[in-house]
Amino acid sequence: MGPDDGADRVLAVMSEQTSQRTIVLTNPQGLHARPAHMFVKLATKFVSNVELIKDSERVDGKSILAILTLAAGEGSILSIEATGQDADQALDALVELIAQNFAEEGSDH
Amino acid sequence: MKFADFVSREAVRADLASDDKETVIREIAQALLDAGKVSAAEFEGIVKAILKREDLGSTGIGRGVAVPHTKHASVDRLIGAVGVSTEGVDFDSLDGEKVNLFFLLISPPDRPGDHLRALENVSKQLRNESFCKFLKQAKTSEEILQLLDEADSNQFGT
Repeated sequence: MGPDDGADRVLAVMSEQTSQRTIVLTNPQGLHARPAHMFVKLATKFVSNVELIKDSERVDGKSILAILTLAAGEGSILSIEATGQDADQALDALVELIAQNFAEEGSDH
Repeated sequence: MKFADFVSREAVRADLASDDKETVIREIAQALLDAGKVSAAEFEGIVKAILKREDLGSTGIGRGVAVPHTKHASVDRLIGAVGVSTEGVDFDSLDGEKVNLFFLLISPPDRPGDHLRALENVSKQLRNESFCKFLKQAKTSEEILQLLDEADSNQFGT
């Protein structure tokens, strides 16, 4: 262990920020396959770990299958938690996606 | 919502022969037609709607599973078909994997809750490795139905 290893480890820990945002799902059809797909496609662009939380259930936000287990319908209160170097950017993007109702206005899917 | 609540027992196929997306969707939808769950007059419209939905984004949800679906006014309750493809079909899934297990869902136009609960059930059960594996290895419709029944009675611990 050299003299700089400690500093590297401190820097690594410092870059692991965890941030969380809470949103209400206003999409009338809820978090079905298409929004889940869009969420995962976006979440996987970031290096941070992403988790989606509904009530006491916490699932991997980068797995469509996991997200579907939440069966989050319209009005659900969801929290998104991201841990990593780009946690805030990830949250900004994901919250925006949900706020736009996954661009499903007027669509029949 | 249990599998028994929406899967048509006569529309379960263990030996899908198709090797491309459109053909496999037709093959599974055909099972619903053969089971009398959709009418011949509506069949083409339903298949087209399912394909149109796939154009919006693949329903391959990972782990070799896909949930092709559509809403359609000709059904008054959620109906489902299940198909297993041993070879697997390229379905443009986000994870890049072929799909071996299909749950095709047709729901009435204004019951998003039922569709969501069906997806919840499918995804929760499929989190169980054994269930997922056994389903994909099923050689007959009876085997598939037995597995679905076992999942419904929580024998896979989910």
